Amino acid sequence: MNAVSLPLVTGPSLDSFGLDTVWVVLLKAVLIFAVLVVLTLFNIWFERRVVARMQHRIGPNVNGPFGLLQSLADGVKLALKEDIIPTRADKVVFILAPIICVVPAFVTFAVIPFGPEVTIPFTDTVTPLQLTDMPVAVLFVMAIASIGIYGIVLGGWASGSTYSLLGGLRSSAQMISYEVAMGLALISVFLFAGSVSTSEIVAAQGDLWFGLILAPAFIIYVIAMVGETNRAPFDLPEAEGELVGGFHTEYSSLKFALFFLAEYINMVTVSALATTLFLGGWHAPFGIGAIWEGANEGYWPLLWFFGKVFFFMFIFVWLRGTLPRMRYDQFMDFGWKRLIPVALGWTVLVAVMRLITIEETFDRQSLLITLGVITGLLVVAMFVPSFGAARDEAETEEPDAPAKPAGAFPVPPMPATGAVRGAAPPLTFADSGPRPGPAQAEES
Amino acid sequence: MELYTPVLALLALAAGFAIFSVAVSTLTGPKRYNRARLDSYECGIEPTPQPFGGGRIPVKYYTVAMTFIIFDVEIMFLVPWAVYFDQLSWFGLIAVVLFLFNITLAYAYEWRRGGLDWD
Repeated sequence: MNAVSLPLVTGPSLDSFGLDTVWVVLLKAVLIFAVLVVLTLFNIWFERRVVARMQHRIGPNVNGPFGLLQSLADGVKLALKEDIIPTRADKVVFILAPIICVVPAFVTFAVIPFGPEVTIPFTDTVTPLQLTDMPVAVLFVMAIASIGIYGIVLGGWASGSTYSLLGGLRSSAQMISYEVAMGLALISVFLFAGSVSTSEIVAAQGDLWFGLILAPAFIIYVIAMVGETNRAPFDLPEAEGELVGGFHTEYSSLKFALFFLAEYINMVTVSALATTLFLGGWHAPFGIGAIWEGANEGYWPLLWFFGKVFFFMFIFVWLRGTLPRMRYDQFMDFGWKRLIPVALGWTVLVAVMRLITIEETFDRQSLLITLGVITGLLVVAMFVPSFGAARDEAETEEPDAPAKPAGAFPVPPMPATGAVRGAAPPLTFADSGPRPGPAQAEES
Repeated sequence: MELYTPVLALLALAAGFAIFSVAVSTLTGPKRYNRARLDSYECGIEPTPQPFGGGRIPVKYYTVAMTFIIFDVEIMFLVPWAVYFDQLSWFGLIAVVLFLFNITLAYAYEWRRGGLDWD
């Protein structure tokens, strides 16, 4: 346990930041921007190729070597398409929404550590491979990533279309639900690292990755990150069978491309954050680090970093190629009733275990009593779910769910004119005989 | 503040790129007026009227939004505790467990009342 409680500090710490000259900052910003754009083009190609292989197809292979330029061709094609602003749209918000969505996606990468301190070629300037770091870097990522949700919900609302509105609302509800589980999973990492700065969290994982000692938090994070990025099997905001395209149904041309860009950058961001917090960031995998001294020096860490990011990207694609889409209520139940209680219990458990490890003068009896209290709380937390689970089962047995009891949670009443003011009245037919078909189902 | 200023460089780049993209697509794309194309997309039928101009739509997501705020504030309280965990020792742990207990009570109550159910 010594390795756990006293991590070996390697690599840059917070003191290494804020010393760059203006041109170094600009160079790093331009590089990060370029890497993200190229990575998005590559990831779209990568996803299409891998999914194609999983479905016994070939995938794009015409434009460029192995079809690598396919995404670029698609981007150019989108730029040459008509830029449609629907007549019902709120024009200002409609145009602003893709910008609000894509800018935070880029900005979050400012604090992701790509590697240790390196010398810029042809100069003797030494700088960390990270634009900047701050004492609250991980919180910065979470906060900025949340701003992207505004882009989605505003885009959905401003389109003036029912599908867009529903898609936008679903998307925001989904993202905030899984953000809670994600945030709780990160607490145990902060606890072990003793810091919220990304470079220091990477440094704290010099000899043991948090993904191994905090495996449950890692698993919760990985599940939550798939929900957070609206990817299969949690891609409900874009469920084609229900919502057409979701919040970007009405978007076309480069505005649509910006939403697409934001989605793929967000995938890279959560993967990079998972790498940083759980898989040792830019540190070389154990075996390589042991046999090769220089594995963690110079520009080699970029290889390990992007290798780990692509591992997560492959998982994203793999999930999409394997799993069907979840139902919305199952999805929300899973987030609120499974992930969050487990994450809460895990946080308390980790805190107790950590304290027992670092407190040497410890009385065994008080340990037992404390553990008893904690277990009691956990049992209480687990007992309440069993009520909900029992009722869930009862409800799923009857497909026609009965009306809620009088004491149910309040839901705002529908306006008297129906779901939407001024909506067309429901279809009625002259002959009142039994008619099969959807019209009948709607009336009943 | 030195640590935060480099973010502005990336912000400016990203904003410039996004605004440029939105602006350039109006220039590069064709513009052919078509009333049906500018209508909302609704599977080819006449679109349902929208609640713009003071109408309201029942949004059931409000319980999710409120619960999210409670939990998000809770996480904000847990972060500084986690960072200074080793110094705070038992005092910090007991305080946080009591705090979590309160939150869990409210959470259990909401669960029991069906606030987390989706129908």
